[in-house]
Amino acid sequence: MSDERTTKTISGMDSVNTTVLGADEIILNMGPQHPSTHGVLRVKLKLDGERVAGSECIIGYLHRGVEKIAEHRSYQQFAPYVDRMDYVAAVSNGLGYCEAVEKLLGTEAPPRARVVRTILTELQRIASHLLWLGTHALDIGALTPVFYCFREREEILKIFEKYCGARLTTHAFRIGGLQYETYDGFEEDTKRFCNDFAHKIDEYETLLTENRIWVGRTKGVGILNAADAIALGVTGPVLRASGVKWDLRRAQPYAAYDQYEFDIPTRETGDTYDRYVVRMEEMRQSRRICLQAVENIPTGPIMARIGKVLKPPPGEVYHSIEAPKGELGYYIVSDGTTQPYRVRVRPPSFINLQAFDKMAKGALIADVVAIIGTIDIVLGEVDR
Amino acid sequence: MVQRLKARFGDAIREASLDRKQAIVLIAVEQLREISRYCRDEEKFDMLVDLTAVDWPKREKRFDVVLNLYSFAKNERLRLKAHAGETEPAPSVCEIWPAANWMERECYDMFGIVFEGHPDLKRILLPDEWQGHPLRKDYDILKQDTDWVRENLGIESGQ
Repeated sequence: MSDERTTKTISGMDSVNTTVLGADEIILNMGPQHPSTHGVLRVKLKLDGERVAGSECIIGYLHRGVEKIAEHRSYQQFAPYVDRMDYVAAVSNGLGYCEAVEKLLGTEAPPRARVVRTILTELQRIASHLLWLGTHALDIGALTPVFYCFREREEILKIFEKYCGARLTTHAFRIGGLQYETYDGFEEDTKRFCNDFAHKIDEYETLLTENRIWVGRTKGVGILNAADAIALGVTGPVLRASGVKWDLRRAQPYAAYDQYEFDIPTRETGDTYDRYVVRMEEMRQSRRICLQAVENIPTGPIMARIGKVLKPPPGEVYHSIEAPKGELGYYIVSDGTTQPYRVRVRPPSFINLQAFDKMAKGALIADVVAIIGTIDIVLGEVDR
Repeated sequence: MVQRLKARFGDAIREASLDRKQAIVLIAVEQLREISRYCRDEEKFDMLVDLTAVDWPKREKRFDVVLNLYSFAKNERLRLKAHAGETEPAPSVCEIWPAANWMERECYDMFGIVFEGHPDLKRILLPDEWQGHPLRKDYDILKQDTDWVRENLGIESGQ
């Protein structure tokens, strides 16, 4: 065997040496081409019978060097690239980047732009959670929800398409505000979607929440307690399911979130079922935010006066938003030229995935699929 | 807080500043672990949000190691920065925040900064046999591309 990687030690929180195996232990490779790893994640599992004794995630198969690309583009040119990181939540990526550069420039988007951004970002959160719900349920063996989820997700993508022409990698926002005015009927479309969506969520819940198989497969699986979650830097729904009531939209509001009422759902146990409940409730709250925002979109300009050539004064900024998967941060260093000196993306998926080892230890091999699903990773963002 | 830090660590706190209303403390790299521990335990910065680096090749110590911390209790952020030389290892903060594990590996992968005391420092995003560290400023993308084409395809790259 000349594959160097198989002789290396398994990393993670407790390093397990793969060259030293117990009598009943085997190494099982899962991925990178595996339907339930949601892309190209490779997991090396050390198994003791059917139990996971250790694991190592091997990532990087989708690495495109986004941070290096940023150093060779102007600030505006780099904006479309961020959509390709978390490609199921491109709008959120764009919001984080645009706001970070605005902060660097010392400017702010006009109120109208901020509210429209909030609406689109919340719709994107629903779309991202729907995709997660459908595929996660599919992984565990519930075939029906995925069709329902994609049906509603389609409605959101249609709104995006009408707004900016793109469905997935939208590039919906520009540094300083928005490029496009909302289309005629934007408010009605959003309202119609939100009103219909209320009972659609109830419909999903009738399929899963009290389904004995679903409960059996998710309750008590992949438990992560609050202290471990914080130590591992885990954010987003995963952290909230562990009992930490923390949401950047509330803690450090951005866009127009300070104007709206919404709850931050939390749970106590931090298992796969709790994370499911938290995300379901989050979709309801996003719907609430959308409905409040769409009632009262201020009039006025949609673009700040920032000029065509952006030269932020030298210095640096860290700005983060609550993306569907957790804290998405941008750390940008400017040297006063038109191109960023350094752009660091703090991707929620990458850091949340680090908790996989902790969650999977001692679990059954069948649960590994549930645990990968419950972290809600997008490999485009993990590998960048 | 800066005063408390200075009283405790003296010269290791090089400089404290605000940039765009965000707090930055420049510290000596040798004391990184001690100051980190103090920030976590005494100042309640319990989460390491991000650990990364910036390359300034013309400077004597070319790297900035940058730690972004967050405190749930205070709802505040703090950025710790330390200058590290090319051959000089930086202390690992893995035992303080386990979250640093993959971030330090990424930093090593992209910049070649060695974190002393890291449990398993190896490349994370790039293949193990990769040459060079791409986010260094002197890493030439075009050269790496033409070299790859020449070596693997046996032709001259058109780029």
